[in-house]
Amino acid sequence: MSLTQEKCLKMYTDMWRIRLFEEEANRQTNLGNVVGTLHMYCGEEAVAVGVCANLRDDDYVLGTHRSHGHCIAKGAESDKMMAELFGKATGTCKGKGGSMHVADFSLNMLGANGIVGAGIGPTTGTALASKIRGTDQVSVCFFGDGAAARGTFHEAIAMGSLWQLPVVYVCENNGYQQWVPRKNVAVVDSVADMAGSYSIPGVSVNGQDAIEVYEVIAEAVARARSGGGPSLIEARTYRFYGHSLGDEQQYRTEEEVEERKLNADPINILRDFMTERNWLSSADDDQVQQRAGDEITRAAKFAEESPWPEMGEVGTDVLFDAKEVA
Amino acid sequence: MTVMAFNEALREALHEEMARDESVFVMGEDVITHGGPYKVTDGVAEKFPGRIFETPIAEAGIVGLGVGAAMAGMNPVIEIMYLDFITCAMDEVVNQAAKMRYMTGGQASVPMVVRLPCGVGRLLAAQHSQIMESWFMHVPGLQVVVPSTPADGKGLLKTAIRSPDPVMFFEYKRTYTHKGEVPEGEYLIPFGKADIKREGEDVTVVAIGPMVQKSLEAAVLLEDEGYDIEIVDPRTLSPLDTETICESVRKTGRVVVCGEDSSFAGSVSEIAAMIAESCFSDLKAPVVRVGSPHVPMPFSAELVKHVVPEAANVVSAVNRVMN
Repeated sequence: MSLTQEKCLKMYTDMWRIRLFEEEANRQTNLGNVVGTLHMYCGEEAVAVGVCANLRDDDYVLGTHRSHGHCIAKGAESDKMMAELFGKATGTCKGKGGSMHVADFSLNMLGANGIVGAGIGPTTGTALASKIRGTDQVSVCFFGDGAAARGTFHEAIAMGSLWQLPVVYVCENNGYQQWVPRKNVAVVDSVADMAGSYSIPGVSVNGQDAIEVYEVIAEAVARARSGGGPSLIEARTYRFYGHSLGDEQQYRTEEEVEERKLNADPINILRDFMTERNWLSSADDDQVQQRAGDEITRAAKFAEESPWPEMGEVGTDVLFDAKEVA
Repeated sequence: MTVMAFNEALREALHEEMARDESVFVMGEDVITHGGPYKVTDGVAEKFPGRIFETPIAEAGIVGLGVGAAMAGMNPVIEIMYLDFITCAMDEVVNQAAKMRYMTGGQASVPMVVRLPCGVGRLLAAQHSQIMESWFMHVPGLQVVVPSTPADGKGLLKTAIRSPDPVMFFEYKRTYTHKGEVPEGEYLIPFGKADIKREGEDVTVVAIGPMVQKSLEAAVLLEDEGYDIEIVDPRTLSPLDTETICESVRKTGRVVVCGEDSSFAGSVSEIAAMIAESCFSDLKAPVVRVGSPHVPMPFSAELVKHVVPEAANVVSAVNRVMN
């Protein structure tokens, strides 16, 4: 897929939708409306939009515990997502999943996942399904750098490569595994270097630059779709907030965070790219932000006004209905 | 009706379901070479090319792939060579397969069968002989199936493959060679429907898996003592047919619950507790459990004798509830 002004505008818009969704979710947490926890994606938006801009509606995406951005970039509706974070009946998962399990199967977004590295196997499985059925759907798995330490990473990618499955493994390396800097617990700096163990291409990109992500993923998706097998892409990125709510962040300095916000904000980087090409006027920019802001305000209102789940819902969706089988 | 061995009945079910539905496929370790370790997957590679995957030794990966393929609309039938190895894939079974439908508010369906050869076969000691029925009964979202005869094996496996939710399918290795009559062609056994394997008036014996056969042997011995026992085979432990079990208990007033799983916090314990709670006023004696003692499976044949319950254990348990 070639890079067009329209494609850039879509990515730019989605980055704002994600950024404002996360900030609103954070605000709603402070108001006591969003409970549980929140893993904010701010700072990493270029990865989700750069990847999903290459995907078709019927391509599969599986995510992580930090997946609001992946859902929005794949096309999920922000009002239902916000309602899910509130635990309301109108949420994407009827209030049964919450922040760590947002999913929209109508978009083949098969869910965030609360277990680190647990999506890598299932994404390889959706790719296996495509191969058996002979479709040209591509599967994309997002996971963090912490997941590369898990056995699931090794077992699943080994099979993805063995059977040359149409899958793109996207590692969002934000430098921290919860509270621990990657360098303290991993001997391999770049997760992309691990690709050699599976005889698949491994590429490391600047995950703050949506254009760079878009172009590298375009190649990986084209390879997967044409039967060329998997790729492992590491997007080096940075999270502007802590691991989750209430993280005191003693493992990094405020100066470090401020420096990254100033010099590596993915929204600014894409804005500069588009402005240089006269693809985004200041009026366009205002309009994008205004629309995204309005959408998220509506989403919060929708969530707030939505009903709570009925008591009977607690026992549904455990099984389809075992008694109906056979 | 055709007489065949338990593993042949499972193979017939698998072949029939693969012929019926193109979304059914097989995945597991060594499932092609030599027709698979238990010959259940024999012939699949020749008859259904491209629908059987011989995997690396990677249980978490295998079940993880199964979950994804199932969510994408396929029906994976996974073989875990020894039940004990499923511990390497517990996240995939417990946190992924079982909870996916619930966590997504009913969007996800995981129609996956995990076949679990289990129990003592050859003497292979503690890491190749375990029974873990209760582990999976404890997890909402999983269905736990334990066939005891070739006919039940066929009917239950076909139902398992058509189920929209994950199934943990226990195959006692010792049962593979047992022969019995099996209905030809379409034969489905619903989940949650117990089977009365023998009708009797004096004692209800709820028997799981191989304990059905041993209870039938015990029934013959007990007949000489003048006791007429009724044998109820739950066939699926989750869902559990509490109605049929309780109906039998109300008739006899005396119960022995037996299985090869550990009787401490085992599958028999849940059934015993359910009976005590639901049928207390009908009971003429306390419920007695027969199961394995709470020890790992030993290696020596002499020690195994003291772990795996036999017909004699059923006989003495029946004597206990009668006196």
